[in-house]
Amino acid sequence: MYEQFKTRAVGVGAEVHRVATKQDGIDFILGFLKKEGIDDLPGSYAVWAKGTFLEGTQRGGLDAFAGLSFDVTRERASRAKIGISEMTFAVADTGSLVQDQGAVDQRLVSALTEIHIALVPSANIVPDKLSLFTRISPKTSRYIAFITGPSRTADIERVLTIGVHGPERLVIIFVDELGGAKQ
Amino acid sequence: MKSEFKASINKALNDANLTGALGKFSEAYKVNRAKAYEGIDFEALRSRVAEAKSSAACHLDEVADTFKKNAEALGAKVYRTKDPQEVKEYILKLAKENGVKSVVKSKSMATEEIHLNKTLLENGISVAETDLGEWIIQLAGQTPSHMVMPAIHMTKEEVSDIFSKEVDERLSTDIPRLVKVARNELRPKFLAADMGISGANIAVAETGSIVLVTNEGNARLVTTLPRIHVALIGVEKLVEKFESVVPILDALPRSATAQLLTSYVSIISGPNPNDDGTLKEMHIILMDNRRTEMAQDPKFKQALQCIRCGSCLNVCPIFRLVGGHVFGSIYTGGIGTILTAWFDELKKSEDIQGLCIQCGNCTQVCPGKLDIPEMIMEIRRRLVLEKGQPLVQKAIFSVVNNRKLFHGMLRAASIAGKPFTSGKFIRHLPLFLSDLTDGRSLPAIADRPFRDIFPEIRQPKQKEKAVFYAGCLIDFAYPEMGVALVKLLNKAGIEVVFPQEQTCCGAPALYNGAYEVAARNAVDNIKVLLKEEAKYVVSACPTCTVALAHEFAKTLDSVGETGWIGKAKELAAKTVDLATLVKRLVDEGRLSFKEGAVLGKITYHDSCHLKRSLNVFEEPRELLQKAGYQMEEMFECDMCCGMGGSYSMKLPEISAPILQRKLHNIKETGAPMVAMDCPGCVLQIRGGFDQEGSAVRVKHTAELLAEQLKD
Repeated sequence: MYEQFKTRAVGVGAEVHRVATKQDGIDFILGFLKKEGIDDLPGSYAVWAKGTFLEGTQRGGLDAFAGLSFDVTRERASRAKIGISEMTFAVADTGSLVQDQGAVDQRLVSALTEIHIALVPSANIVPDKLSLFTRISPKTSRYIAFITGPSRTADIERVLTIGVHGPERLVIIFVDELGGAKQ
Repeated sequence: MKSEFKASINKALNDANLTGALGKFSEAYKVNRAKAYEGIDFEALRSRVAEAKSSAACHLDEVADTFKKNAEALGAKVYRTKDPQEVKEYILKLAKENGVKSVVKSKSMATEEIHLNKTLLENGISVAETDLGEWIIQLAGQTPSHMVMPAIHMTKEEVSDIFSKEVDERLSTDIPRLVKVARNELRPKFLAADMGISGANIAVAETGSIVLVTNEGNARLVTTLPRIHVALIGVEKLVEKFESVVPILDALPRSATAQLLTSYVSIISGPNPNDDGTLKEMHIILMDNRRTEMAQDPKFKQALQCIRCGSCLNVCPIFRLVGGHVFGSIYTGGIGTILTAWFDELKKSEDIQGLCIQCGNCTQVCPGKLDIPEMIMEIRRRLVLEKGQPLVQKAIFSVVNNRKLFHGMLRAASIAGKPFTSGKFIRHLPLFLSDLTDGRSLPAIADRPFRDIFPEIRQPKQKEKAVFYAGCLIDFAYPEMGVALVKLLNKAGIEVVFPQEQTCCGAPALYNGAYEVAARNAVDNIKVLLKEEAKYVVSACPTCTVALAHEFAKTLDSVGETGWIGKAKELAAKTVDLATLVKRLVDEGRLSFKEGAVLGKITYHDSCHLKRSLNVFEEPRELLQKAGYQMEEMFECDMCCGMGGSYSMKLPEISAPILQRKLHNIKETGAPMVAMDCPGCVLQIRGGFDQEGSAVRVKHTAELLAEQLKD
């Protein structure tokens, strides 16, 4: 299913990576933030919406990174280049990520930034919407968000253009070490 | 038809940007849509969508109540109203009570329907549309021309001009750059807005959820940043069960934009926290605006199964020529005609309903299983009931209802037409009639109609008999097609019977809304055609076949002549189109073609009624290949030729460019011959080639097959 997911997600313009451990994930992100010139300047911030990923990790490198903040406000997020969050599920047949984004910081980091980095447990790839809906429900999740590739439009002359109101890049990192379904 | 309506059509037809953009899009859409549906059983999927929507439409009131109860239990405020005016008052009051100065909106056709922006602006509240297409047309002061792609009619040059004015800076026409301008201009508006207004693609009663489907990400910001969220939802968006979200999400993006899924889908169930820690104020307005009345009308209830994907526009041969603005209202295309007739008033659809050529393309792709052509026919019928027929039309149809007079006039026309004919065509007509020969020649009325030729055909007596229903075109313009049919059936051991009292099938009257006229034609024909003891009633005209096999019973039912319905069904059961019958006879070994004939390339044009009403398209191809032709498929082989019966006379300016496209596609195959099974298509296509002096030969399949029968 990973391969199917990857084909679909790349097909709609997402970037898909896979790492073994959480530490590998952190290393990847640190390298990415450096490459993108994240710094403590408006427009160059990165914001990270809290989740379970960081529990029990060595986050020293992250805390010390200038411009990266775990305190997500609309002001900070709207001036951030990169937003990082965890997405709970990946849906293979459409290349979509899904998460309960009832907590507003989850939406701010994935909607206002230019680049969204999504961390996903490799064990949580489901084949399709039908199986997804056996694991997530509007009864418990009040803002179920599907994200499939970057923000796009074709409203001018039907020319596909990436990055309208949402992120122009979606970078997906599957992490094998993260356990199965959490809601 | 009003002259300003004709003028708007001509303006659109002469807009090369519009027809170019729409033409290219519709061609690409067909390919991309098919790709998006790969591996999916579309018929099964659309049945699930239609069932879920139809089930909710059956008891809208109850479903809306359930939605209200469940959404309110989650903390949303739900307001139900029938009246668009009350919607505006509610939103204004809410805005005033909360000191709202600015509003951001994500795409909502329901707000367009009630002209909400105008009300807000008049009350000093600033409004920004945030969907790129909607923002473009807001800045341009226009209405959407397509429900999914509101600004599809505009070029990047026009967009650049509009944006340049807005940002007071000369911008280039680079599309990614223009999109960035929109992002940068709208971002501060999102952050500053006090209220976000959205629509919804689905509203789920059992969970009180609303579902928003977007690509740009604007709906996520509209529902996240402002402290108040108002969702305005037409009650047709309601479904009962959460599980119904799956088939709709499977179908909507594939049908709308040929995507497997849009970039974003949000399922919102009650208010969520704002970023300052307060709880969002969430208001959901369920608007009726005659939808319940529609649901209670047996002919129009199906319209509530629409999921607003716009695929009916994307495959429409008329829409791609004229675009959306000629429809003069918020909703455009075939579905727009129906919604306008209801949400505005029936009278508003008087002109635009005439744009539908009844080709049936939209019925093939609709994920909600709407029969739009059928609903447009019903609109025609009701308009005729309400206003009566136009005088000229009434005069014509009173003749059609009197067979002797009608046939007498057709004979007279054969003589009266002489001054304008050369060879087998009327080349040009004088004065206002000249439009009819603009772009195609009309066939001259035959010197001797089929009804005069038939008694001279010597047939061997056979036990098995078929009644031949010729229809007006074969009888009076193309009797040679009838002769070919007799030859084919005789060869298979079937004797043909031709009742002289048969008359017009009523299709011209029916397609113009004159159901009473069509019903009388139906009764006259039923009497005559059932009088003979015969195994089949066969026709070589698909429109006539559809009339006999499908329309007679429905028409009689519509006008309340229920006493004839049983007989109509008896006739329908015996009726068969010639291609299907000949295929059967060949398969049974009763007919065979000369062996080893090599007849060269041929291409085949699918007639609308044969392909989409009778589902016959393989049979004629197989037969022509068996006879020795090499099939060379044309691009868009099943796209309408623009004839549409009287359509080509009422709207020749639209019919002509559709025909030109068809002629082009035929010529592109390089085949010297094109076959088809409808005398109406022969009239249109042969007339087109004659007018342009092209050597491509146009034949009814029956004629080509009859030439190749084994001795």
